[in-house]
Amino acid sequence: MENTKKRIQDETNFSSPLGVGGNLVPLQGLGVSSPLGVGGGSSFRILKNKIAGGVMFTITLASILLVILVGLGLYLKSVPIFQQNSFWHLVTSSEWKPGNGEFGFLPFIAGTLWITAIAVILALPIALLTSLFLTEFSRTAVKKWVFTALDILAGIPSVVYGVWGTLFVVPWISEKLAPHFVEYSTGYTVLAGGIVLGIMILPLLISLFVEIFSAVPREFRDAALSLGATKWQTSKYVILRKTFPGILAALILAVSRAFGETIAVLMVCGNIPLLPHSVFDSCYPLPALIANNYGEMLSVPLYESALMLAAFLLFIVVFIFNASSRAVIYRIERKFK
Amino acid sequence: MKSFLYRNPTRASWAEDYSFLNKSSKEKPDDDIDTGEGDRIKKSYLKVSGLNIHINKTHILKNVDLEIPDKKITCIIGPSGCGKSTLLKTFNRLIDDTEGVKYQGSILVDDTDIFDKQTEITEIRKKMGLLSQRPCPLPMSIYDNIAFGCKMHGERKKKKLNDIVEKQLKAVGLWEEVKTRLNASASKLSIGQQQRLCLARGLAVEPEFILADEATSALDPISSKHIEELFVKLKQDYTIILVTHTLRQALRIADHVVFMYLGEVIEAGSADEIFNNPKQELTRKYLEGAFS
Amino acid sequence: MPCLYNNRKNIIMKFKFIEEKVAKVLMIVSSIAVFAFVLNIIYTIFRRGIPALNWDMISKIPAGGYYNGGGGGILNAIVGSLYIVLGSTILGLLISIPVVFYLNVYLKKDSKLAYVARLAFDILFGIPSIVYGAFAFTIMIFLGMHTSLGGGILVITLLIIPIFIRSMDEVAQHLPKDLLDATYALGATKLETIKVVLRQIAPGIATATLLSVGRAIGDAAGVMFTAGFTDSIPTSLSQPAATLPLSVFFQLSSPNADVQDRAYSAALILIFIVLVISILGRLITNYFSKHKI
Repeated sequence: MENTKKRIQDETNFSSPLGVGGNLVPLQGLGVSSPLGVGGGSSFRILKNKIAGGVMFTITLASILLVILVGLGLYLKSVPIFQQNSFWHLVTSSEWKPGNGEFGFLPFIAGTLWITAIAVILALPIALLTSLFLTEFSRTAVKKWVFTALDILAGIPSVVYGVWGTLFVVPWISEKLAPHFVEYSTGYTVLAGGIVLGIMILPLLISLFVEIFSAVPREFRDAALSLGATKWQTSKYVILRKTFPGILAALILAVSRAFGETIAVLMVCGNIPLLPHSVFDSCYPLPALIANNYGEMLSVPLYESALMLAAFLLFIVVFIFNASSRAVIYRIERKFK
Repeated sequence: MKSFLYRNPTRASWAEDYSFLNKSSKEKPDDDIDTGEGDRIKKSYLKVSGLNIHINKTHILKNVDLEIPDKKITCIIGPSGCGKSTLLKTFNRLIDDTEGVKYQGSILVDDTDIFDKQTEITEIRKKMGLLSQRPCPLPMSIYDNIAFGCKMHGERKKKKLNDIVEKQLKAVGLWEEVKTRLNASASKLSIGQQQRLCLARGLAVEPEFILADEATSALDPISSKHIEELFVKLKQDYTIILVTHTLRQALRIADHVVFMYLGEVIEAGSADEIFNNPKQELTRKYLEGAFS
Repeated sequence: MPCLYNNRKNIIMKFKFIEEKVAKVLMIVSSIAVFAFVLNIIYTIFRRGIPALNWDMISKIPAGGYYNGGGGGILNAIVGSLYIVLGSTILGLLISIPVVFYLNVYLKKDSKLAYVARLAFDILFGIPSIVYGAFAFTIMIFLGMHTSLGGGILVITLLIIPIFIRSMDEVAQHLPKDLLDATYALGATKLETIKVVLRQIAPGIATATLLSVGRAIGDAAGVMFTAGFTDSIPTSLSQPAATLPLSVFFQLSSPNADVQDRAYSAALILIFIVLVISILGRLITNYFSKHKI
């Protein structure tokens, strides 16, 4: 053992600058240029390592705690309103008169649900068809173009969607579409909100679907095709069936995103706190409620608490949806591995 | 190369093979033969002429000329990457999906050129059953897996489907094991059972040919043995074309052997001929290399 | 009877092919619809925005009465957005890089903490910006801050940290194990491998940054409560700051048609900036993927 050490020392012609430090291999002596540099003494390096590790651990932990912090903070701020009204009353009443202390959230919850439903009804078929087309039927050249278009759609800021909504969607509804169905509509409707929201979640849905469909191994398609099924039959009976949990998870994520969309929706939905009875009625989704009234919330008692409750409701819904969707996706990924 | 290496205890008779050597290259097409069971056995005909396949400018298959003998097990052997799987996938035109594929030449299946624009792909595929390397049961119940192919071709009658399912499960030897749980999901079966299920599924559409792409490489030895035994049993009714990764498998069950190397067919002939008396130098080298 | 049955089979087969054709048509229509949406959106904004676009818009701050038709431009918003994005990106990087590093190098692959952390970040990723805004607002009141540039930076940092972590984590998870093993074998501590790791995931960091910048610059709901709005350019962290999205929004809400037109050109400027960033992102990813290991 000693002989070997001496021989290595002689042959490589170095003296260890790091002293006795276990298995640390001195780098200069071996003629290797190290990108890492060599720290001072070995113990200092290890100390630096430990401190850095601790710092990073703290930051990571803090980030995790942030989730709890946000939830807790919003909840605490909403507590005052619970002292005056029961949760049940808040969620089912339609009276929204903050000046009188009436806080019925039903119109806003209903508004959010209505536009999200319209958005999903519009976006889901388009997303499914387009992603099937991209994965099963089209060539790479076509794929590139469609993905570029999707990237652009995904990148457009939500206020620009709102502007587009007011310039195009709203007049289209009020002048071209609504006259067939109702007597009069301003165009600032549930439908407008749904259309804008639908286009906003389209890129997300398509990219998730394409990822899921592409993950189906080749053999499944080969097997179905070899039995004489057409490509569409394969897509319908094999691909869609196999990826159903993934489709569901992606949908949940997209819905969660739709719930929280604020500015694009508030520019086109009408902002009237009444329960919508048709898609041509105006509505007032929860995020719009918060955004429109934050200015006055400090002046009216309990108003701030009410708005914080709205934010808390959003948080809880998003929390549940995201956590469950991720759990499903995680399990699916594990199955494929 | 002595024939002591070429032992096949499960084969019926040696005379069958030697007679193949003596037959002329053009087979007389027989009329439909009636067996005792009342099923009609047609003679199947698969002839490849001048097949060239380019994928993204790479010449994958070069001037392949081949004739596959009816109702025999043909094994395609060769080192990896020589185009065996591509050739197999061309038989049922699965390579159509690959990007940048160009083909020339013709493949005649029962007097229809499968590359002809007029031919209906799904009809060709109905004639060819494919068994992949990895067993891939479709995401449905055992019953639905087998019935899938029939349903795609328009079969809706419950009674007929039930009969087909039972018949094919019996043919692959799975009936006893799964008859009580036909509605269970197919993914719950063991891998060997899944591969047999895939075979049954392929047989349900009444193909003439069975194409097997290294069908036993993902299985344990016992399941592999089951599948090989099935092939030997099935060759009475179907023409079986097998791409095999192990020479030993070819030794065990092949009647006819095709040796491919770098996209070309080097030699093709009866198993006895190829293994004991290879004409080409390359074939000899390959067989020796596999045994050294 | 048999011929009726065969007829039925034939009809089913015919239907199969009709269904295939119909499905193909529907799919192509869907894909075209995607293009149609993009083109429509861009066209609408361009058509209304270009006429009102002039040099003043990007070089002047709003003069008095700007929202009623007076002169000026949106320089306040452009600079305000720039400050916020810059501040939050730097802060975001400072926080996210250590976290990603910790998750992928210090912690073992299947550690519980890593799983919980990733789950938490996924949830944080999904929280809408309005909730962050509301939360940050309460914190600011608690701390006695008024709407300010600092508040805006705070919120946007919260917003983009999950985006950073998600994107960088995806790249970092695919770090070749041999790379780390090689550096350890040379005797490096975990901290020292950071240089090697950083170089390897540099394209991931670049993409993540561009993604986050695109998101940060376009966000309105978060900065509404926290950065406030002002017509001047902030000179310190405690002064309110204007942002491009809010500038568009407020101009659009004005009753004056000219001001509304200016809103469209402001939207145009915004969309232009975002498009440039995303093209840059594409180019950088493509450049780096050539040298991928």
